[in-house]
Amino acid sequence: MRFTTTPSQTVGPFFEIGLPWGTGPFAVPEATPGAITIWGTVYDGAGEPVPDGLIEIWQADPAGRFADLHDHGGPSMLGGFRGLARCATRDDGSYRIVTVKPGRIDAATGAAQAPHIDVSVLARGLLRHCVTRIYFADEEEANAADPLLARVPAERRATLLARPIDDGYRFDIRLQGPEETVFFDV
Amino acid sequence: MDDTPLRYSRESGDPPLDWPPYKSTSLRHPKQPLVYLPHTITEITGPRLGGIISEGDNDLTNRHAGEPIGERIIVFGRVLDAEGKPLRETLVEIWQANAAGRYRHRSDRWPAPLDPNFSGAGRCMTDAHGGYRFVTIKPGPYPWGNHHNAWRPAHIHFSLLGRAFAQRLVTQMYFPGDPLFSYDPIFNSVPEQAARERMIARFSIESTQPHWAAAYEFDIVLRGPAATPFE
Ligand SMILES: [Fe+2]
Repeated sequence: MRFTTTPSQTVGPFFEIGLPWGTGPFAVPEATPGAITIWGTVYDGAGEPVPDGLIEIWQADPAGRFADLHDHGGPSMLGGFRGLARCATRDDGSYRIVTVKPGRIDAATGAAQAPHIDVSVLARGLLRHCVTRIYFADEEEANAADPLLARVPAERRATLLARPIDDGYRFDIRLQGPEETVFFDV
Repeated sequence: MDDTPLRYSRESGDPPLDWPPYKSTSLRHPKQPLVYLPHTITEITGPRLGGIISEGDNDLTNRHAGEPIGERIIVFGRVLDAEGKPLRETLVEIWQANAAGRYRHRSDRWPAPLDPNFSGAGRCMTDAHGGYRFVTIKPGPYPWGNHHNAWRPAHIHFSLLGRAFAQRLVTQMYFPGDPLFSYDPIFNSVPEQAARERMIARFSIESTQPHWAAAYEFDIVLRGPAATPFE
């Protein structure tokens, strides 16, 4: 017997009373060697910042292993690595997450993949969450061989690339508009 | 390693992203086609989060010096996948308005009273049978600016991480018999009647506690394994 799944509803404008955690934006403890910051701004179709969005990430550690509940392909040996982080956007639409750069996923854990981070975007006005991925602009060789990037029209791939900045990477998200971020059917 | 799916079903009764009756969707829904993502290890894995829960996080009525005003209720149920398998160790988070329909949030301008004894957020992990339980008060309906005389039916917001990235769900739980259902573009964004009914809790006389609290049962069904092993 299959049950009807519970449908999605918007997170609404007031999720900030429930969803943020003290350690929410940290996928690793802040003092972890090699910790990086990923930050960016979420924009709507008019190019205005989205001040009531929530960004959630899930990723592997630098060895390509997950802090997974089921121990799939892992476990991660990196102390304190959670792999999950969430951050509400601020009034200027920005979010900031502290993590480590994920490693490549090798063929032993399924299809080989370039370093990437799965991202859920939730907001007022989104009746279900949108999923995108962060890839890294400085991983050209791995990106060129990534099976999912190969499915993305070449002219839109750049919307998935985080750009190196001083202490990490910048990744903006455009929900709509001429440079709309690529979102996935997951 | 326990037995977990390698791919999840994409069948869903979810609402469309573009839904003009809910005005905020207009500038926020992606217009380009979504790119199909065959599930990889990143989508079939999920976090361990036991450490973030504290004893009592599932009781929204005992956070302050006094009791919140309103109808005390128990909200309980199980988290299952679409094949009926209970999902243990999964995080359930809720947030809601108080009995007057007001959220304790800086952007909520509805001039109904705040309740000094109610913050409106709770969380718990499901037990070995997928069960969860909250004690709270029944939230009030509230007006919003979507259209003339727009009111949201009373609801509790639910967030579930599931046991895999592909199972992530944010939804709202409604109360049976709400007269506002037929006027609410968010409730009605769900296309199928059977799926809408999945969002309505059931009043449970069996779990109602005499002289203490009415109980509402709300089972949450997340995606299950894909029916076929190949895509
Ligand atoms: Fe609400």
